Amino acid sequence: MSEEQEVVTVVNAPVYLQYNFTAGAAPARFLAQLKKGKLTGQRRAEPEAPVYSPPRGSCPASGRPTEQEVELSDKATVQSFTIVYIPIPGNVIEPPFVVANLVADGANISFIHLMSDCDNSEVHIGQRVQAVWKPEEEWDYSMDNIKYFKPIDEPDVPVEKIGKLSVTGQEG
Amino acid sequence: MANLAAVVGIGQTRYTTKRQDVSIAGLVREAAVNALQDADLGWDDIDAVILGKAPDMFEGVIMPEVYLTDALGCNGKPMIRVHTAGSVGGSTAIVAASHVQSGTFKRVLTVSFEKQSESNAMWALSNPQPFSTHLNAGAGGYFAPIIREYMRRSNAPKDVGIKVAVKDRLHGARNPLAHLQKPDITMQEVEESFMLWDPIRFLEACPSSDGACAMVIANEELADQAVKQPAWIRGVAMRSEPTTFAGRDEVNPQAGRDCAADVYKQAGITNPRKDLDCAEVYVPFSWYEPMWLENLGFAPVGEGWKLTMEGATSLDEGGDIPWNCSGGVLSSNAIGASGMIRFAEAARQVRGDAGDHQVEGAKLALGHAYGGGAQFFAMWVVGSEKP
Repeated sequence: MSEEQEVVTVVNAPVYLQYNFTAGAAPARFLAQLKKGKLTGQRRAEPEAPVYSPPRGSCPASGRPTEQEVELSDKATVQSFTIVYIPIPGNVIEPPFVVANLVADGANISFIHLMSDCDNSEVHIGQRVQAVWKPEEEWDYSMDNIKYFKPIDEPDVPVEKIGKLSVTGQEG
Repeated sequence: MANLAAVVGIGQTRYTTKRQDVSIAGLVREAAVNALQDADLGWDDIDAVILGKAPDMFEGVIMPEVYLTDALGCNGKPMIRVHTAGSVGGSTAIVAASHVQSGTFKRVLTVSFEKQSESNAMWALSNPQPFSTHLNAGAGGYFAPIIREYMRRSNAPKDVGIKVAVKDRLHGARNPLAHLQKPDITMQEVEESFMLWDPIRFLEACPSSDGACAMVIANEELADQAVKQPAWIRGVAMRSEPTTFAGRDEVNPQAGRDCAADVYKQAGITNPRKDLDCAEVYVPFSWYEPMWLENLGFAPVGEGWKLTMEGATSLDEGGDIPWNCSGGVLSSNAIGASGMIRFAEAARQVRGDAGDHQVEGAKLALGHAYGGGAQFFAMWVVGSEKP
């Protein structure tokens, strides 16, 4: 044994566990719509109640059920973002890439998704973006039906209005 | 009204990338033995053990408290496990304290640990969720957008995070247990370190450490007989809020503000910057110092960064309210232990036992931890004087 050889102190031994995931009633409806190329959310059945997407079936603030289904736009606003310079374990995506907290028009909560087809140095809070979908024949029960979001030629949303746009976007 | 309780013994391991000479059991035992020695006590003097660590998926050992009972002298005694993500070290200390304050036990041992060299936290925090886009890029990926929003709101100069990164490493250089020893670190070195999750640079993020921290907490009668100055627990508080809800202020979470208000009220604190002598606050990414300065009421909203830039939080600059004199999470991050290290270091300060990072004459100190998506908070205030 050569003296320069490093002592092995750690051996990676991955363990795999296969399981069936039951989405639950609210996410199942969300995913069924997503398979048709539609983004939806849910709200409590009362005026001014916030719209959650993806819905979990209850409002996280009040605990009450979100019974009303609402259709959302596939246009969204950048609430914040990061540019990631290191690889994500188990993901083939090449750094650097932009991961953004986006709020879809008609929703009141952000989700994270990839931003692409853009100049990373010009991404900013309040920027308008739209989904770039995979070809329809590849659609599944997954947010991966959307490949990424790309900037669109619309004026920035003022910060105080981010997360408060209706489904028709900036037109009100 | 709760009974009085005090910290009568503190033990830590040194923090380092790989502790190859000990197993997980050996690591926790080392901290526990150090705490017992500090208190001049033995295993038989302990009524129960309260153990905390971050998610089991990190090391892949499920319910490690079960197998660690032996190493912690806990056979036949109650063992309680606490789990609140990154804030767990703080929550564990509070659970331990409350078991003494309630009169359930007279004297308990509390221990927390992480052995990051035998785990993969980045992987464990990046696991794909069913039906979701797989873009979870570890803790930094989660907190970077929140930091960016703070920078926008406060309009703080770009080098605030760099200044904190330097300040906490200079503090860490005074603490022989700290993982990173960088007495010659400069602003330029931090600025030139590579970007991980923009706007977080490599040297603005915490290291990955092995280590454990332990404390012995006793009731009033036993603390009065302690061989060393006890750190009297003057207030404890925990709060949590959901990860996401519409209108949630992720930069300045309500749960953090409520938790601070509660612990200050118990300790009789009306102006934390004036009334406290120092604080050990969970700052895993440098920009969290100005953010928590505001959340914890040391500065008005939007002005936390001014304290940092004035040197108010720096021991080396003679600041009036030094933060993280031990070097903080930015100098040592044994995740499950990190919160308890904050609590223990606050106690070391008011015991006058903090060595080269002692704040002269410290009488009242804050220990703070947060975890999850900045949604779990744990805080205590400890003092040299019995309330």
